[in-house]
Amino acid sequence: MSLSNHLPALQVVIPLVSAPIALLIRQRHLAWALMMVVSWLSLAISVLLWLQVSDGSVISYAIGAWPPPWGIEYRVDSLNAFILVLISGTAALVVPFSLHSIEHDMHQQQHYLFHTMFALCLAGLLGITITGDAFNVFVFLEISSLSTYVLIALSRRRQALVASFQYLMMGTIGATLIVVGIGLLYLLTGSLNIADMGTRLSTLPPSRAVYTALAFLSIGLSLKLALFPLHQWLPNAYADAPSAVSAFLAATATKVAIYVLLRFYFDVFGLPRLNEAGILPLLMALAIAAMFVASAIAIAQSDLKGLFAFSSVAQVGYIMLGVGISNDTGLTAALLHIFNHGITKGATFLLLGIVMYAIGSTDLSRLRGIGRLMPLTSAGLLLCGLSLIGIPGTSGFISKWYLVLAALEAGHGWLAFVIVVSSMLAVAYVWKFVEVAYLQEPDAGAHLQRKPVLTMALPTTVLCAATLYFGLDTRFSLGAASAAAKVLLSGVGGVTP
Amino acid sequence: MSFAAYFTYIVTYLLMTAGLFIVIARGNLIKKLIGLGIFQSSVYLLYIGPAKLIGGTAPVLATGYSVYSNPLPHVLILTAIVVGVATLALGLALVVRIREAYGSIEEDEVLAEDKANTSTTGHA
Repeated sequence: MSLSNHLPALQVVIPLVSAPIALLIRQRHLAWALMMVVSWLSLAISVLLWLQVSDGSVISYAIGAWPPPWGIEYRVDSLNAFILVLISGTAALVVPFSLHSIEHDMHQQQHYLFHTMFALCLAGLLGITITGDAFNVFVFLEISSLSTYVLIALSRRRQALVASFQYLMMGTIGATLIVVGIGLLYLLTGSLNIADMGTRLSTLPPSRAVYTALAFLSIGLSLKLALFPLHQWLPNAYADAPSAVSAFLAATATKVAIYVLLRFYFDVFGLPRLNEAGILPLLMALAIAAMFVASAIAIAQSDLKGLFAFSSVAQVGYIMLGVGISNDTGLTAALLHIFNHGITKGATFLLLGIVMYAIGSTDLSRLRGIGRLMPLTSAGLLLCGLSLIGIPGTSGFISKWYLVLAALEAGHGWLAFVIVVSSMLAVAYVWKFVEVAYLQEPDAGAHLQRKPVLTMALPTTVLCAATLYFGLDTRFSLGAASAAAKVLLSGVGGVTP
Repeated sequence: MSFAAYFTYIVTYLLMTAGLFIVIARGNLIKKLIGLGIFQSSVYLLYIGPAKLIGGTAPVLATGYSVYSNPLPHVLILTAIVVGVATLALGLALVVRIREAYGSIEEDEVLAEDKANTSTTGHA
């Protein structure tokens, strides 16, 4: 067997093994160099996997050569290959950014620990996405969550400790509810393989146990993906974490949880059963609440990190709205927004990392006239803000456009109206930044504490360019999202396109 | 369909509710972690309970034994226990750090100090 047959395993094993190596190296520059190699290798592997499945085929990899459904199966199709590219792509850009950005976020002797935990977190997120085994999802979920708690707590700010503890509480409750859901499904079907579970479940009559499993999984995953009103952990975790961590989490963590939700909803339960249970209207109601309430709270924030963290909760609402509409266009819109919002928010938090590095704060009261002090960074933040609003020409517009189309297609004209009105709230919170940055004079004698360095500027520029590029050329993102949506809808009991 | 048939489920959900209640109702961070531990342990029972057959042995082929317990849930829960231990250890480590930084492990006192701190630095 050649090495290319083992790509699915290598995708997870390389970052997983690099974690203890980084721990043993103990030297911060070597650990960083190792992470550079690992993250770019991961990106290369996920792009290769994506190319292999882009014709609609499915890669099934049996771990330890135990055939599924008995052994653990790694399963790559056009849905999760797309998410893998997003995760490893973000990692490949955040790692170079982290070299200088973490210098002022944490003590120097802790840098190798940052790289160790980052490797574990990457392995966990990639593992959740690639595995086809329900219990394996939980194990990787905990690997990524535990390392995330440490990454947040590594910050020099003491508030980060409290944020990390709160996230640990909420995250563990969420993960435990997910295991209960998986356990009930296992008791019902006698299988842990997600695809096998779905086939077996479709032959069972509807019962209270099925709905109980659905309820446990929905609530557990809603906690993890920060669906309003279960988002309490997210704003503090994003705002207090080291900048590089905020950027990585904002771009990937909640997106992976949404992916798991989609997998369980459409591949295990299947659309007919979801309609029977009546859970999709509930999701839509919560999504709409998130779009309005979280955006309104974002307007009231005085710190940019907090502002954009609440905006993340609102944007998760748009994604879940697409899931709730659950027609072909709705799921395409949801997956598009996972990707587009991932790169936009990744870029936003990288830019905030640069602001933090140069000014030492992201509090709006300290950023007066920043448009003149840091013209490029401010322009980048403005671009990301426009993408969050959904202005044509940015990637955010594309996903919102498809969301509106999906609403109209499903016959919910009012929903299209709701989407447009809630975007006005995004205008309000982006305006807060514009006002401070461009319409106010810099304080007398205001200057940059440090000049941003190339390792920070380059990855940020790439993500900002991506935010713009995917708003103009949608061939990759739209093609991948609609292929992934087809995979979901062809799941159990669905219609084959 | 007797009470006995549902016994493990009843105990599971009782423990689950009790654990979750402690997490929500107690302000002491250590007590919260204890609640979290109980909450997590209830799931172990959910998996192990149905896997055990009365009179069942370990699944090793031997003459005279034909009833076996399902080993898979046991193995899964072994993993879950490891995860649970790691979570508790990390949680306790965070509580130690919080006590060093704030001098308290009561949630309301810690949050109050954070609030007082941000309102003073906000005007600085």
